[in-house]
Amino acid sequence: MIKLDFVKKVNNNLTLKVKKEIDDNEFIAIFGESGAGKTTILRIIAGLEKPDFGKIIVDDEIWFDSNKNINLKPQKRKIGFVFQEHALFPNMSVYENLLYAKNDKNRANLLLKLTELEDLKQRFPHELSGGQKQRVALIRALMREPKIVLLDEPFSALDMKMRESLQDEIIKIHNQLKLTTILVSHEIAEVIKLSNRVFILKDGQIIKDDKPISIFTKQKITSSFKLNATVLDIKDKENLSILTLSFGSNIIEISVSKKEAKELKVGDSIIISSKSFNPIIEKIKF
Amino acid sequence: MDNQFYETLFLTFKLAFVTTIILLIIGLPIAYFLAFTKSKVKPILETFVSMPLVLPPTVLGFYILLFFSPQSAIGSFFEKFGLKFVFTFEGLVLGSVIYSLPFLVHPIQSGFQSIPKSLIEASYTLGKGELQTFFKVLLPNIKPSLLSGTVLAFAHTIGEFGVVLMVGGNIPGKTKVASIAIYDEVEALNYDLANRYALVLFLISFFILLTVYILNKKVRV
Repeated sequence: MIKLDFVKKVNNNLTLKVKKEIDDNEFIAIFGESGAGKTTILRIIAGLEKPDFGKIIVDDEIWFDSNKNINLKPQKRKIGFVFQEHALFPNMSVYENLLYAKNDKNRANLLLKLTELEDLKQRFPHELSGGQKQRVALIRALMREPKIVLLDEPFSALDMKMRESLQDEIIKIHNQLKLTTILVSHEIAEVIKLSNRVFILKDGQIIKDDKPISIFTKQKITSSFKLNATVLDIKDKENLSILTLSFGSNIIEISVSKKEAKELKVGDSIIISSKSFNPIIEKIKF
Repeated sequence: MDNQFYETLFLTFKLAFVTTIILLIIGLPIAYFLAFTKSKVKPILETFVSMPLVLPPTVLGFYILLFFSPQSAIGSFFEKFGLKFVFTFEGLVLGSVIYSLPFLVHPIQSGFQSIPKSLIEASYTLGKGELQTFFKVLLPNIKPSLLSGTVLAFAHTIGEFGVVLMVGGNIPGKTKVASIAIYDEVEALNYDLANRYALVLFLISFFILLTVYILNKKVRV
């Protein structure tokens, strides 16, 4: 059980106010726009930054308490932190990176096996692909058997395919090792796939806290599939408007009524949903 | 004559060697401090470290003579421990350490600054303290800067003239180094010997720097 209750002034425009409880084995996603303070929350939990006042209690152990003047160093907190840019030590091989965290060869071998990285253990970080680096960073963070795993947008530097396989890996590890995981992300699909609970962070405050699927669909839409898309362009054509949308790496054009288009502007995030009425389905062949 | 030639060269390299070792011991913590501190004294310390770059060596030499003469408080304090800094080898080392400090500190400081902050933080979150992070993560990842700093300090000490002349005088076998010997021999119209000293210094400096540049190309960052 993690109890967070703290305040930190990040800059003149942003003051973080967090008051939440997180149960064991939860997979939390902190979602919000960049600059909302997502990463700062992780860094505060990790002890890399200090709140102005408040408390952080993990399993009845006080990690931070401004009243009692307690502030556990990052070294003393049982966390695993995965940085945006892997942060592997360039001077050490994969195996050495793991053993640096904890000199426990059995655990290192176990984690390497779990992520199918055994063959790469003698390689150096610059000899790995982006996805492999991030997997090594993940298992390195698990070497010390942390209570909490903190993931700071670990997929942002990866392409779609690598993202998906790393996401699967993270779910597997989260379940297998019974971890409590907190993920910072600004990708809706990622949040829905991974987490069981989302904190929506806006201007330093958690404005919503719910299951991802109920948060991201304002009202229950009785459709069979939904896509998250971004509006790239709006064009008027006779009595309709043509929207150019991007979702993932695809770009599509759809037509909507002028009334619907009026409420949209370029850059808006929207959800397209469709009823399961005569869709075209084709099996993907590899 | 030949004996004195080798004696002088030996002294020159001994001075450079001792100076570099001492510089590494005091320069590394200074570079580390300057690279990561947010303290307000940083600009002041930085200025002191960089002063020798712009100050005439004679100014530094003059102050060392002034502050470390046996009549001064500092000088008489050190004399109790049998340390004399005026017209001695120890004095040369002191002067050279101060004078070559920026050449060691600057490259190493920028090396430290070029290391992504996340590497250091990763080490902390993996339970490692500052000291272990310094030796296992920071130093191994700034090898090129470390090499440049060390070699520049060494080479610069070999080439030092003004401070050494002021503080050391010109005592053969004790404080007479090659750069001063050249000046001496030219004054005495002894061009042959001056030429030999000059050539040795020229060649050594050339090959030291060449080695650094070749190695820096090879070292993986």
